[in-house]
Amino acid sequence: MLELQNISVCVESSREILKNINFTLDDSKFIVITGPNGGGKSTLAKVIAGILPPTSGKILLDGKDITNSSITERAKLGIGFAFQQPVRFKGITVRDLITLAAGVPLEESQARSYLRDVGLCAREYIDREVNASLSGGEMKRIEIAMVMARKTKLTIFDEPEAGIDLWSFQNLINVFKQLRSEIQGTVLIISHQERILDIADEIIVLSGGEVTARGAKNGILPELLRIDGECNFCCEEAKLS
Amino acid sequence: MKGVTKKLLELVSDLVGDPKGAFNIREDGQCAGRQSTENIQINTKKDQPGIDIIVQPDTKGETIYIPACITHSDVDDLVYNDFYIGDGAEVTIVAGCGVHTEGEESSQHNGVHRFFIGKNARVLYLEKHIGIGEGTGKRIINPKTYVEIEDGGYMEMNSTQIEGVDSTNRFTKAALKQRAKLVVKEKIMTHDDQTAETNFEVDLNGEDSGADLISRSVAKDRSRQMFRSRINGNTRCTGHSECDAIIMDQGVVSAIPELTANHVDSALIHEAAIGKIAGEQLIKLMTLGLTDEQAEAKIIEGFLK
Repeated sequence: MLELQNISVCVESSREILKNINFTLDDSKFIVITGPNGGGKSTLAKVIAGILPPTSGKILLDGKDITNSSITERAKLGIGFAFQQPVRFKGITVRDLITLAAGVPLEESQARSYLRDVGLCAREYIDREVNASLSGGEMKRIEIAMVMARKTKLTIFDEPEAGIDLWSFQNLINVFKQLRSEIQGTVLIISHQERILDIADEIIVLSGGEVTARGAKNGILPELLRIDGECNFCCEEAKLS
Repeated sequence: MKGVTKKLLELVSDLVGDPKGAFNIREDGQCAGRQSTENIQINTKKDQPGIDIIVQPDTKGETIYIPACITHSDVDDLVYNDFYIGDGAEVTIVAGCGVHTEGEESSQHNGVHRFFIGKNARVLYLEKHIGIGEGTGKRIINPKTYVEIEDGGYMEMNSTQIEGVDSTNRFTKAALKQRAKLVVKEKIMTHDDQTAETNFEVDLNGEDSGADLISRSVAKDRSRQMFRSRINGNTRCTGHSECDAIIMDQGVVSAIPELTANHVDSALIHEAAIGKIAGEQLIKLMTLGLTDEQAEAKIIEGFLK
């Protein structure tokens, strides 16, 4: 269980990116955080992963205060994080990253299966360097394959749908389902996508650095959607997809 | 052969015991073992220290080992090795140099290698440099390499210097004829107060010749490196040089490219990127459970792989 108590993040000593955020994420839930661009969603994900320290407030994981824990410590405690913009490395291969993510030597078939799950030909990709030769969509899938290999009890995805337009959405949703059924973990997704919102147990709306709505999909989703079925917060590309 | 030599041989050429095929092992300026084969003759030079390696035309798949080791302080070794690679031959040459010092005096190995690569011959040249030992004496390695590649010939030089060499000054000059190709992949890591300087000079003289010079380096502590590449495109040809460096602590890396297109159809490119390890790379690996130090080591290991 992840608990955020009065989390605030200020920058430039005055501007508040997050304002007094309080919520608890129960185990084995599928939670989507949505809201307008610049509302603080990615900042919140980074605060949970330990990449950005909160200005004030506490973070508890299974009752343990992890507010001052490093990124590494949180990773070891079971927090996985798929970046919005995956990082490229010269000389490090897809296999290297998936093995590091798994934390143990992997059977060849297991390493390959993570790639297949994200719609990549394992034979073609497993020994490729994770460098500038890979497209944004390929990077995004590799990023997702990595968090699948991590099998953490809390997995955070920051806009996993961005850049994977050639990969069917259903596959992405299957990945989330698989993650949930295999690990029985909590999946926290930052997304603008209606189809992702649609499979959430719970939706949190973050706007202007504050939680403006929270609840079960059935209660929140209709309010977020216009009569024509578009999400109020969707960017133009998401509306078209 | 001394124990230190055996250890150095393992480090620079992955050799345990005598190799199969042609080899010449140089130990403190003397020959510590040699073998020729039917297709590859190794002969002592008559006029200066060193050897001639003669590979018969169309020799295929053979490997030649020519490591050089310095086992103690106060050795100043100079050697001239000439390689004559016959037309159509395809061979691998495993060179490499290890310097061990146990005292205060410096030791150095200066290897001058000349390659004459025949028509359509292919050479893979592997060279690893390393310095070991508890001595305070400097370990110095200064290789000079001259390459001439005939029509359709190909040479790939992979050189690696990962640790222990206090000072190195590498000079490589090549001239390529029609359709000849040269690929150089250099990996250097320096630490403490080490210095490493690399100079490449390539003349692309034959039509459709090509050169690709790639340097990956890491400079730690107070070490300094310089990468100079000069490519002259004298006809229709392609040339590319790339210097990619990570600097840490007070490390300094300079990249000095010089491209001269003397012909309208010569296409020459230089790329250089020097900087510290990207913070986002460290963060990504830390989110996988690695510590800061482990992440840094992994990034460098991959970078120099």
